[in-house]
Amino acid sequence: MRLSGRGVRCVRGGREVFSDLDFEAPAGEALAVTGANGSGKTSLLRLIAGLLAVAGGSIGLEGGEAELTLSEQAHYLGHRDALKPALSVIENLAFWCDFLGGDASGTPASLTAAGLDHAAHLPAAFLSAGQRRRLSIARLLTVRRPIWLLDEPTNALDAAGQSLFAALMGDHLARGGLIVAATHAPLGIAARELRLGGTT
Amino acid sequence: MIALAALIRRDIRIALRVGGGALIGVLFFLTVVVLMPFAVGPDLALLTRLGPAILWLGALLASLLTLDRLFMADHDDGSLDLIVMGRTPLELACAAKALAHWLAAGLPLVIATPVLGLLLNLDAPSTSAVALTLLVGTPALTFTGMIGAALAVTLHRGGLLLAVLVLPLSIPILIFGVAASQAAISGLSFGAPFSILCALSLVSFVVGPFAAAASLRHGLD
Repeated sequence: MRLSGRGVRCVRGGREVFSDLDFEAPAGEALAVTGANGSGKTSLLRLIAGLLAVAGGSIGLEGGEAELTLSEQAHYLGHRDALKPALSVIENLAFWCDFLGGDASGTPASLTAAGLDHAAHLPAAFLSAGQRRRLSIARLLTVRRPIWLLDEPTNALDAAGQSLFAALMGDHLARGGLIVAATHAPLGIAARELRLGGTT
Repeated sequence: MIALAALIRRDIRIALRVGGGALIGVLFFLTVVVLMPFAVGPDLALLTRLGPAILWLGALLASLLTLDRLFMADHDDGSLDLIVMGRTPLELACAAKALAHWLAAGLPLVIATPVLGLLLNLDAPSTSAVALTLLVGTPALTFTGMIGAALAVTLHRGGLLLAVLVLPLSIPILIFGVAASQAAISGLSFGAPFSILCALSLVSFVVGPFAAAASLRHGLD
């Protein structure tokens, strides 16, 4: 499996964010997207996720499941955590598990893996920023998708959380998964770097 | 199917827990209908004549009240991104969301109608006729209103824009809903306007989800 982009151009609000961008991410490897604020890291992830339309060039996946689109095989972990404050931690996770087509019996194990099992029945409204992040990470674990698109994944995580997440990313890569992460901080795993806006 | 059931369950649960859905709509409906006799005056015959129209207008405004949160809440917290990316067709997901919204906010209006009919001097057969037309007509209001709700998300404007977009679309539903209720009360043919109302609902079930999904896909950013 290999994710690649050729001559990708991105336009947001009438302004060109980047153009003629080539990148490549084979299975089992992580691609760290770096660059200054506003250089288009989030935009690139949303282009890959199919949440934005490419203004030029193409993004393709070789060797994935033929019947599914790229975005259907990807997890997107954005700035916003997609959590409902009125629902409890486990209800939030169980909903995404059912909606994304996972096996509901695996949700408690995913919560444990993300270090949130003690808060399972707490309404999500009372979670801290780091705990919300951990809950989003549990979503990645409970439904298997080969491609992880992560936007500043370690934001708000404490040191223990960061090393925990690095281990989880390592597991994902070892299973033949693929990670594209926009980040300012080191990810804690070996990754090739794609620098945006760094040509000047 | 599991995905759609999960979406419906979640939306209903949130609506019931937050209290912004069912309760607010019914309270607003109650307020509009209770105010009417004070405005019209103590003329029972006039109230009976206006009754179906008042109930329908109240239900229309009450269903508009909560409609703008239909997609906005999911957009604001990022859930909409994941719903769009999911393997469930977006059209079906939109239909599921609209169904959940109707169950949480539309159905309580229908259930409240018999009680409110008393305030408007409507007898039991008339009230049940109005309730029946509302049962058939309010899903159409939700499914056409969903188009406006999706546009409001893509245009980043809520509230009043939604009302301006949705109210013209709901005029045919209002006309035939009130016509069917009046026909039942005055003993005219109930079947013709009621069938057209049913047809409008069926059309909205098909058009609404597709239009809303198209609007959401187009407006992603």
